[in-house]
Amino acid sequence: MKRFFAFVHKEFLHIFRDRRTLLILFGLPFVQVLLFGFALTNEIKYARIAILDNNKGIHSGQITSRLLSSGYFQLEENLISYPQIEQAFRKGTIKMVVVFPPDFDLEYERQQTSQIQLLADASEQNTAISLVNYASAIIRDYTNEQNPLTVRPMTIDIRSRMVFNPELKGAFVFVPGVMAMVLLLVSAMMTSVTIAREKEMGTMEVLAVSPLSQMQIIFGKVLPYLLLSFINGCLIIALGIFVLHIPLNGSLILLLAETLLFIFLALSIGIFISTLTNSQLVAMFASLVIMLMPTIFLSGFIFPIESMPKALQVISNIIPAKYFIAIVKGIMIKGIGIDSLLKETVILVGMSVVFIVISLKKLKTRSA
Amino acid sequence: MRRILFLIEKEFKQIFRNAVLLRMMLVAPIMQLILLSLAANFEVKDLKVTIVDSDHSTYSSRLISKFSHIDNFRLYSFVPSYKLAQLQLLQNKADLIIVIPPYFERDLYRENKAELQLMVNAIDGSKAGIASGYASSIIQDFNREIRSENYPTSIDQSTEAIQVVNQYWYNPQLNYKTFMVPGILFELLLLIGALIAALNIVREKEIGTMEQLNVTPIKKYQFILGKLTPFVIIGLVQFTVGLLVGLFLFNIPLEGSLLLMYGFALLFLLLSVGLGLFISNISQTMQQAMFAAFFCLVLFILLSGLFASTENMPQWAQYLNYLNPLKYIIEVGRNVMLKGSSFYEVRHQFFALLLLTASTLSLATWRYRKTA
Repeated sequence: MKRFFAFVHKEFLHIFRDRRTLLILFGLPFVQVLLFGFALTNEIKYARIAILDNNKGIHSGQITSRLLSSGYFQLEENLISYPQIEQAFRKGTIKMVVVFPPDFDLEYERQQTSQIQLLADASEQNTAISLVNYASAIIRDYTNEQNPLTVRPMTIDIRSRMVFNPELKGAFVFVPGVMAMVLLLVSAMMTSVTIAREKEMGTMEVLAVSPLSQMQIIFGKVLPYLLLSFINGCLIIALGIFVLHIPLNGSLILLLAETLLFIFLALSIGIFISTLTNSQLVAMFASLVIMLMPTIFLSGFIFPIESMPKALQVISNIIPAKYFIAIVKGIMIKGIGIDSLLKETVILVGMSVVFIVISLKKLKTRSA
Repeated sequence: MRRILFLIEKEFKQIFRNAVLLRMMLVAPIMQLILLSLAANFEVKDLKVTIVDSDHSTYSSRLISKFSHIDNFRLYSFVPSYKLAQLQLLQNKADLIIVIPPYFERDLYRENKAELQLMVNAIDGSKAGIASGYASSIIQDFNREIRSENYPTSIDQSTEAIQVVNQYWYNPQLNYKTFMVPGILFELLLLIGALIAALNIVREKEIGTMEQLNVTPIKKYQFILGKLTPFVIIGLVQFTVGLLVGLFLFNIPLEGSLLLMYGFALLFLLLSVGLGLFISNISQTMQQAMFAAFFCLVLFILLSGLFASTENMPQWAQYLNYLNPLKYIIEVGRNVMLKGSSFYEVRHQFFALLLLTASTLSLATWRYRKTA
């Protein structure tokens, strides 16, 4: 046991000697969580639009000013003819064009169906759909105000309640995702490199002939990083709560325990990668390129898993971040306890065990 | 000139010798392009609906059956009480809960007005907005239906005095792949180009072969050119395969000029490997290089406008984005491929990228010390 601690001590010294890496280790997650916590949002504000008003009447003018004062839109340019629409879109500065036909006011006054065209640039599709929806709602409100009907019979009054996030803040969905991504990648990349480096430098053989067991070598390598990453995790959670105002409705102890578990899993993935490869280059490439994009795309961080093709939904089950994101949202926002998160927790534990066992086996056969 | 060619040949040999790496550089990005493009879908589908029907009337069951016929909704369960419904929200078993109060039908007849409650899981705000929008429009349709049954003469239609006609240009089917694939393609180019270039050069530093190069008569710029060219060429191969995948597998249109796309791809690749070179210069170990690359790449990727529109970001993030090459190239990809923009129409992006490339490369050359 004394030998083991001496080894852990040595590993700590290694890490602390490299100030730059240490700075990156703590600085990088901090900056990323803050940056993305504030920057990423799906809320639409001041989208640039163009207006082609062929009518220049009272109603078209009023609707235009309604649109522009809503806070969703800002006027980029007034167009005067149809061909200009295409030009404007191709420059890529505007997202939508509102077109009023020449006799818009007249038809509107006569209570005939007058038409407004909303042309949206759907090469950026989400924005396009939202903009069209906002504009349609504003136009509908305008007409409703113009003919206030008397009480209509049999009206169903819909009361919507947005549970868990009444202000519909984007941070609630992005922050847990960024937390999972940063913790996973930073932890996995660190351990994937350490063992690969020992192999490359030839010091792994020195370790192999030392009286330390495989198990001790692996845990000795993991322990310092586990500690550092956990401090990191706590820092990130504190940022989420105090700076980005994600509530903490559940138990802090449980959240910390799950974070520790997730970090342990990430570190064991790193160990696993490094046992498969012989060079740092390949280990890094594997841990960054192969893990980064799937974590962003398939974990439910950005794209809803239910909307993916069935095959990808199955694949998403092996993405560890998926479970951690569910856990963080569950504990922090919903305030649920371990009883509701048992499945996710068991899966994370199971994954860690599998990676550790395979890594131990691989290491053994290699050094034998 | 001959020296550079020799250096390039040497680099290529080195790359081709490492079979694992080569495979990862060529196969991994293409697989990811295919898989991730299929995953990149913001569509709100299969919403789990739970219903609390305390009325059990003809109207309440008619309303419920409306929901079961819509594709976006999957009726998950009926629960007898509000409390149990809330539990389903907590356990992720429901996205949306419809609460039909007792006397719903009677109130509609007698009071001319009844209340319905929607509870929406709003952790994902934009999804919640869409879900409640869908649900409200179904309920309003139902409302109109029963109203016209009971009051056939009602002038309900007149409120729709303005007809709003929507047209979605450049992607009328609202196919997510159309706008995601060009973005993902460039994202992968940046990721691979910058990372491999960075790691490759730091590696020489770490294992000491850099010093061997330093004692050769080779010039600074020759060394850099020799190092970067192979990665740019491999990047162009990746780009070609990726483009073919986009055009033929995902049926992405190519409205604009192919030559223009290649011109931009070349510029962007120069920038990517230049970035990698710069990162390698400021790091001492491969580990540092990897973390630095990770930091820059994630920053570029998440702020690029691929996932969340850049216009919605706070002002400081938009200023930061002036330095984001991925933002410009994604705009170019979408504009040229989908809208058929000409060079003139994307000249701003071109000059921005040119400036970024020039500064990255000169910064990298300047920071590179032959004395290591």
